[in-house]
Amino acid sequence: MAGLIDLRDIFFVEADELLSALEEGLRAIQTGAHDTDTVNAVFRAVHSIKGGAGAFDLKALVGFAHRFETVLDALRAGKLQPEPALLGGLLHASDHLADMISAARQGNATDPEHDERVIAALEQHAGGGGSKEEEAFVFEPLALDGPFGIDAVRLPLPSGTRDVTLTFRPHAGAFASGHDPCLLLRDLCADDPAEVCLDQSALPDANSFDPGQSYLGWKVILQTERTDPQLLAIFEFIDGICDLTIASAAPPIPDVAASLPPPSSPPLAPVPSAPPIPANTAPAQTSAPPAAAVSPAAGTGPRPTIRVDIDRVDRLVDILGELVIHQAMLTEAIEQSPGFGSVEVDRSLDQLRQLSRQIQESVMAIRAQPVKPLFDRMHRIVREASMAAGKAARLVTEGEATEVDKTIIERLADPLTHMIRNAVDHGLEKPSRRTDLGKPSEGVIKLAAAHRSGRIVITVQDDGAGIDREKVRQIAIDKGLVAASAELTPQEIDALLFLPGFSTATEVSALSGRGVGMDVVRSEIAGLGGRVGITSVRGLGTTLTISLPLTLAVLDGMVFVAAGQTLVLPVSAIIETLRPEPGMRHSLGQADSVLDVRGRCMPLIDVGMALGFRRSLQPGEGEIVVVVERGDDGAIALMVDGIRDQRQVVIKGLEANYGQIPGIAAATVLGDGSVALILDPTDLAASGQSPSRPVSPLAAE
Amino acid sequence: MTLRILAVDDSLTMREMLRQTLTEAGFDVMLAEDGVDALHRLPDADPDLILTDLNMPKMDGFGLIDAVRKGDVAPRVPILVLTTESATSLKERARSAGATGWITKPFDEVSLVSTIRRVAAV
Repeated sequence: MAGLIDLRDIFFVEADELLSALEEGLRAIQTGAHDTDTVNAVFRAVHSIKGGAGAFDLKALVGFAHRFETVLDALRAGKLQPEPALLGGLLHASDHLADMISAARQGNATDPEHDERVIAALEQHAGGGGSKEEEAFVFEPLALDGPFGIDAVRLPLPSGTRDVTLTFRPHAGAFASGHDPCLLLRDLCADDPAEVCLDQSALPDANSFDPGQSYLGWKVILQTERTDPQLLAIFEFIDGICDLTIASAAPPIPDVAASLPPPSSPPLAPVPSAPPIPANTAPAQTSAPPAAAVSPAAGTGPRPTIRVDIDRVDRLVDILGELVIHQAMLTEAIEQSPGFGSVEVDRSLDQLRQLSRQIQESVMAIRAQPVKPLFDRMHRIVREASMAAGKAARLVTEGEATEVDKTIIERLADPLTHMIRNAVDHGLEKPSRRTDLGKPSEGVIKLAAAHRSGRIVITVQDDGAGIDREKVRQIAIDKGLVAASAELTPQEIDALLFLPGFSTATEVSALSGRGVGMDVVRSEIAGLGGRVGITSVRGLGTTLTISLPLTLAVLDGMVFVAAGQTLVLPVSAIIETLRPEPGMRHSLGQADSVLDVRGRCMPLIDVGMALGFRRSLQPGEGEIVVVVERGDDGAIALMVDGIRDQRQVVIKGLEANYGQIPGIAAATVLGDGSVALILDPTDLAASGQSPSRPVSPLAAE
Repeated sequence: MTLRILAVDDSLTMREMLRQTLTEAGFDVMLAEDGVDALHRLPDADPDLILTDLNMPKMDGFGLIDAVRKGDVAPRVPILVLTTESATSLKERARSAGATGWITKPFDEVSLVSTIRRVAAV
């Protein structure tokens, strides 16, 4: 069938959604926050997966889902109670179902023995599972490769024809179930010589006639090769709401006499002029005006959505980037042309700018997706990690509706997984230890997302032991990462965790020890234009904070000049710009100085010097100060020579070619075709603030 | 004239599959994703046959059949239920709710089409 590949894709996309719903529902049941709808939704998720899998002949999946569903059905019917052991089995089965689906997607299969172990364990929890007979009964049709129903019972034709006499009389209510005797007679008489005799003896008089009721009966004499079961199969659906007799061989006159009252029996009429059936063919009043009572209130239907290939959207984003650049170039060219100054041109340019911004926002909204699916996946990570590490942990999520660019979400999965595993493996104490400390034996990992000043902030917080700084410092010294004499602030010690080759795990754990360290997490986040920070309180836990740009494509930038260089700062980071008065600046030692802005002191850094473009300030330089925010706890003041304007800039990554440069987030192309660097103010602060120390691996917070 | 079918299923995969199969078989196909959606679309769809899943959110197949049979729009339209269950009890329940017949998933195209032609004609 054409397009079957597409259908497969749709199935797997849908299966992912169903798996999320399944897991979410099971978690709700686990926390007790559920109702019958939740249990139904959980059942339906597995049921739909089974249905879809059946359509693609994924037999292992169908079999697994079916047994899974059987247990859920018992839960739904109240025959089982959601006890912890059963829920554990259900969650495990749901994880395994996810594995099976992901294997099937790649055209592989999971180990059948493992499948069996998982589902058998679940059935064990459910008290032995469903009865074997029931399974055998339900399974047969699912495993059938061939057709079902009438075709399935169509056996090889016996040789020779025979005479068969049938009588058929639908019950009065048969039309109400949508049955049409005409069609049944047509199928019955198809290809075979037949005589059909109408019995209208039961027709009432015109006054009591109800067109919705069936009053007619038929006697059919067939010369056919078909067997009785084959003939009866035609009446499969109407069986039970009609009187039906079948007799073969000699003309069964007594039968006819019994079922058809002889007095009104008209002569046999030949088919195919099948008798008209008024009730079902001319119900002018039944296909009533569309505005009838069934139509529900407007707006109850789901909002229409379309699924679009992500490549198309990506292409749109690329083109959009070009559009923004060319719009800037056009503006610049016009501003330098002699005709500039005309109100019309100015207005049109302004309009163009606004329109391209609206296009940008609309396109970004297409790609924006809630982090919920990503967060949902982390529940499983916590389950598996805590099981492997012998710890008790539960994941609490917050801000799941926060929307993030799809490309960012995809690339967050790996680092986030690693951070969560780390939190369980290294952050949390063993349950016995926690009990000794007076903490609940079950640790809590909190995963939260929020928008903060134009960036996405994602935090992974555990309520474990916190970082043992003395131990971290010792390991760093042992590994030669810092000098034994080095004096490090707590923040700097915490930051050591992000250095390549650092691992505090005294025993190599199967979990975190997968060859990925926090340094990889950090570089992956940096690749997204983001930062990772860490804070920790001994005995209370550790918090990792990821801060990310909203989008990877375009940002609002302030273009400024320092040491002859044109540079860009993200507008979202800027708090204010000012021209400092002489008394506002205070020196701290030789190199460092601070700026006092209305009583708030902040480090003062010259951008030109921090980036190595100049060694000292000349008169007229560094006279403008841009105050930018730094992480969540403060601000820094950046000295620049002049501010040019504010505009949208297209972000061009530098990591691929130059690696990571402290203080530089990316580059952009300006309207005149020149390249300008986009600064990362926080990183700049870290590298500029303390030139005597080695560059800190992350923003000091 | 072409037979008009309203196919109701909460699974996107199944809807898409029905749409392709039935369209290729030469039917006019309209889709709905649950019972409520189906009732909403019914007046405009004016189908010659309804094909519905049983287990759906908001309003399941039984609820849909009942609402159609008791409604004004097309109370005698043939309704086939699509079900992965082949259990007799479910068929009985569907029948007593007013379903005309049933199709067991997974279906193959030939039998789907032949079953439809058994219960509906223009």
